Amino acid sequence: MTLAVRHTWFMVGRQLRNLMREPIWIALLLVQPMVWLLLYGQLFKRVTHLPGGGFGTTSYITFLAPAIVIMNAFFGATWSGMAMISDLDRDVLPRFLATPVSRISLVVSQIVRSALIAVIQGVIILVVSLALGVRVHAALLGWAVVLAAAALMNAAFAGLSQGIALLVRKEATMIAIANFIGLPLFFLSSTLISIRQVPHWMRVAAKFNPVNWGVISAREVVLRGTDWAAVWLHLGLLFGLSVATAAFATWTFRAYQRTI
Amino acid sequence: MDAIVVEELRKRYGRVQALDGVSFRVSGGEVFGLLGPNGAGKSTTVKLLATLTTPDGGRAEVAGHDVVRDADAVRRSIGYVPQSSGVDRDATGRENLMLQGRVQGMGGRALHKRVGELLDLLGIAQAADRVVRGYSGGMKRRLDVGLGLVHRPQVLFLDEPTTGLDPEARASMWEELGRLAAGESLTILLTTHYMEEADQLADRIAIVSRGRVVVEGTPEELKASLYGEAVEVEIIDGRAADAEAIVDTLEGVHEASVEGRKLRSRVVSGARAIPAILSALEASGIGVESVTTHRPSLDDVYLHYTGREFAAEDAAGGRDGDAPAAR
Repeated sequence: MTLAVRHTWFMVGRQLRNLMREPIWIALLLVQPMVWLLLYGQLFKRVTHLPGGGFGTTSYITFLAPAIVIMNAFFGATWSGMAMISDLDRDVLPRFLATPVSRISLVVSQIVRSALIAVIQGVIILVVSLALGVRVHAALLGWAVVLAAAALMNAAFAGLSQGIALLVRKEATMIAIANFIGLPLFFLSSTLISIRQVPHWMRVAAKFNPVNWGVISAREVVLRGTDWAAVWLHLGLLFGLSVATAAFATWTFRAYQRTI
Repeated sequence: MDAIVVEELRKRYGRVQALDGVSFRVSGGEVFGLLGPNGAGKSTTVKLLATLTTPDGGRAEVAGHDVVRDADAVRRSIGYVPQSSGVDRDATGRENLMLQGRVQGMGGRALHKRVGELLDLLGIAQAADRVVRGYSGGMKRRLDVGLGLVHRPQVLFLDEPTTGLDPEARASMWEELGRLAAGESLTILLTTHYMEEADQLADRIAIVSRGRVVVEGTPEELKASLYGEAVEVEIIDGRAADAEAIVDTLEGVHEASVEGRKLRSRVVSGARAIPAILSALEASGIGVESVTTHRPSLDDVYLHYTGREFAAEDAAGGRDGDAPAAR
């Protein structure tokens, strides 16, 4: 176990070091979430005044900011399998497999790297939001919950993305699947608009949508009148899903090994 | 002690029987070459020995450990240099080596020292802190070899170490590998389809065809086993027929034949047969104009044992787009 943790740490280090050499990637990592925040913030500014309400605040940016943290973590996760495909294409994995490296670390490190980046972006979004006047109602604990939700949100789908990458092993297919999963789940959530404003069937669907679980956890701690039971429940659901998808990714890794 | 023991290994991929009962042994410190056309089963054998995959039948031991039951012990004892480079191209040479050492359980000052040593040994010290993406093919391949050596393995697997390199890089790689084999007390299993490479580097060779070892021995033995050496004696005074009769009775001389003034024969060893031939002829008063020998090359051996189809197999099995073996 300790060996698996150490090796995961080495592998995360490898991935982060390589990413830190890409200035454009770093620039986009920092700017992208702010673009979402400002763009959507302006676009839907007035929806909080809609009849029927359900926003819990009149400041749309306050309603939006925690959901943007989640959305960003979610989209980042759907693409995280690309790094695995790149390692497969370049035969980096077979080389490691001839060493005593912990097999599970090769998979888990990809998920951890992905979740770490989501948390870093989450911090940036929260800081920018603070500058835009967003106040996190549950204060420090609230920040922690938002970031934990981002990490779990990302891990849950990064596991899925890694598993799919190991099954399809083709970039073009991976891109198609990421798009196919990404946008529907995003629009079937309350990221942009209160759940009370959407058709009944969507409201039902959203209950089963993990993206919405993340949005609920993050938003509850930002708005007044935090429903802590809902926060813990949805964090728990995300945690369970993360474990399940990590197991799925590990299983697909074994399947990949059998093809060597 | 045998560093590698392979007994009746079998492996099937879908409908392709990649290995059909491969057996051989490699003793400690030896450089052993697996020679054969693409698709013959060389890479599959190495993958099995490097524990990347498991056999359907047979067994194998590397450095005294069973490759299936004791895979982790094998992994600690081996270096594996795959056919296609497994380096992380977005990392520097040094980072690649450091990480490889860490997953092999090394660390601290010992690892730093070892990595510096290897970078010097492989002649890539100046490029150590550059990203591998900018390395030449030869430099990248040296780094591959370095990754296999960081933890001072007992056995090194080199799968087609010079395929895809230009002739100059290939020659300098051979030099490095030769030095390695001599310096560190290392057992090397090398696969190649370059005759010259096997001839130059390997102490012993097994020729693999269609998933089986068809012949095994030192390069010299293999050449001798096939045709021996060809000896051609030019007779001065028209007594070639007499000469044939005399030479034919000599021990170690086969298939003597006459063509004009030339007496041809095949011998096991030219160095031993020629003095005997000359003294027998001299004793009978037969004058000799000249003696020439030529030795069958490994190319001849390879051709003989892998059959004529090998060119076709090479074309069919050639995934790396490399030109067929030099012959």
